Amino acid sequence: MLTLSSISVAFAGRTILHNVDFTLAQGSFCGLIGSNGSGKTTLLRTILGLVKPDRGTVDTGGHEIGYVPQKIQLDPFMPLRARDVVALGLDGNRFGLPLPSAARRRTVDAMLTAVDATGFADRRVGDLSGGQQQRIMIAHALVRRPKLLLLDEPLANLDLRSVAEVVSLLHTLSFEQRITVLLSAHDMNPLLPVMDRIVYLANGSSVSGTVGEVVRGAVLSRLYGYHIDVIRVHGRVLVVAAGGEDGLDADIACEPVHVTQIR
Amino acid sequence: MFSGFMINTWIAASIVAATAGLVGFFVVVRGASFAAHALPLSIFPGAAAAAWLGINEIGGLVAFAALGVIGIDALSRRGRPEVATALTLVMLLGLGTLFLSRTTTYAQEVYGLLFGQVLGIGAADITPIALVSAAAAGAVLLLFRPLLLSAVSRDLAQARGAAPARTDLAFLVILAMASAVALPVVGALLVFSLMVGPAAAARNLTDRAGLAIALSVAISLLTVWAAIALSYLTNWPVGFFVGFFGALAYGLGRGALHLRRARRAMA
Ligand SMILES: Nc1ncnc2c1ncn2[C@@H]1O[C@H](COP(=O)(O)OP(=O)(O)OP(=O)(O)O)[C@@H](O)[C@H]1O
Ligand SMILES: [Mg+2]
Repeated sequence: MLTLSSISVAFAGRTILHNVDFTLAQGSFCGLIGSNGSGKTTLLRTILGLVKPDRGTVDTGGHEIGYVPQKIQLDPFMPLRARDVVALGLDGNRFGLPLPSAARRRTVDAMLTAVDATGFADRRVGDLSGGQQQRIMIAHALVRRPKLLLLDEPLANLDLRSVAEVVSLLHTLSFEQRITVLLSAHDMNPLLPVMDRIVYLANGSSVSGTVGEVVRGAVLSRLYGYHIDVIRVHGRVLVVAAGGEDGLDADIACEPVHVTQIR
Repeated sequence: MFSGFMINTWIAASIVAATAGLVGFFVVVRGASFAAHALPLSIFPGAAAAAWLGINEIGGLVAFAALGVIGIDALSRRGRPEVATALTLVMLLGLGTLFLSRTTTYAQEVYGLLFGQVLGIGAADITPIALVSAAAAGAVLLLFRPLLLSAVSRDLAQARGAAPARTDLAFLVILAMASAVALPVVGALLVFSLMVGPAAAARNLTDRAGLAIALSVAISLLTVWAAIALSYLTNWPVGFFVGFFGALAYGLGRGALHLRRARRAMA
């Protein structure tokens, strides 16, 4: 379905990704986990073909890809209804005026139902809540029925309830329509119940596998290059660096999520 | 006020207003107000250049519109678009000062180009105004969906294969053309208010893009018609009325949006 073979990307001589390899089977739900600046967005844009890798290949099997970019700021003054944004996902690149068509409307309606957005489909998109906007973005990405869906931090800035709703929506879509989902996040915890694969990025390198294979002290220590402990508590996973204040590495210092969880 | 020599004014002003209402909608939703402000001012010296060279005024304005687009596009490849726009404005205005000093254009004509002139439109101007406006309007309708999608999000447009950088450049050309033909009618300083006022009002009155465009065109036409009639009757500059009605429409639109949101919050 999706295979990355020794992908390396450098910007202005600085290596961002180095020999990233992984394969996803059709219908799998994979978390792409890494701290800020670890290269998650760069990796997703490489899969989309928007970033050309310096080395390595991406094989998407010719499948169409749906994409939800990071941090979309919708203008509250934009005169567009939620359903118009979904319709733009269908044919927003086409020339000419969109002629009213029953088939087009049915496709959009079906997608709005699939993401449970019929209740606010006719509201101005900029007036919707963060969770509602995220549903609309997912519908926009899926309206052409791609078999591969990439989402860049779709859970950031959502409250706990919306996070749970969006995760369960994605899980249902992935399960029922056999869509392969690759979703980036800096915190893996909300995804633990649903993801069957994980790609963990740090220092430009990656490890991938099942959560049980990857989220282990020994594996992550090798990836980070210093000692890491993985603590499981109350059904949550905490990834913490060992060592006192002197030993606190810059890379761990920029993972506030992990630090807050220890307190 | 509908006598022979005023007919050209009514026709030209209606064409220009309808185009500004249409293009202005995308100025507003794409957040291109600064370019819409700077382009007419950069283009205005084209009229002086035309007078100096003895060619058609619209021709001079369109030529400067092209220079403005080339300047902004070339400079924004290396830096921020606002800086590129400002630099282009400064360079073309400098060129304009030179042309103005070379010609025997009177202060009154310059004043007309800046603030608009009701009686300045001749029969020979109608055809170029109509052709350039039709081209700008046609381009907007052709690019309707890419323009809208990249206004929602450049990332989404790029992922959908809608080439946002190319769409940006096409829109700059459209904006420059619409500005060049609106300029002799409403004046360089107030093309901006005709582009932004009606469209900003319209987007607050409805949540549908198509309807918002229709409203924007309608408000723009009403603004210009009322401005010409009042200018004719009072002898005050047409630009004053265009600016006044543009601001009024915007204020009323904001009020209407506020009311609609308050009503929904109560429902
Ligand atoms: N176009 C670019 N040119 C130069 N450097 C870039 C470019 N895009 C990204 N980078 C750099 O590459 C690194 C990885 O960026 P990327 O956006 O992929 O990280 P990320 O994991 O998505 O981070 P975040 O969690 O903050 O979204 C960063 O150090 C960033 O500064
Ligand atoms: Mg990112």
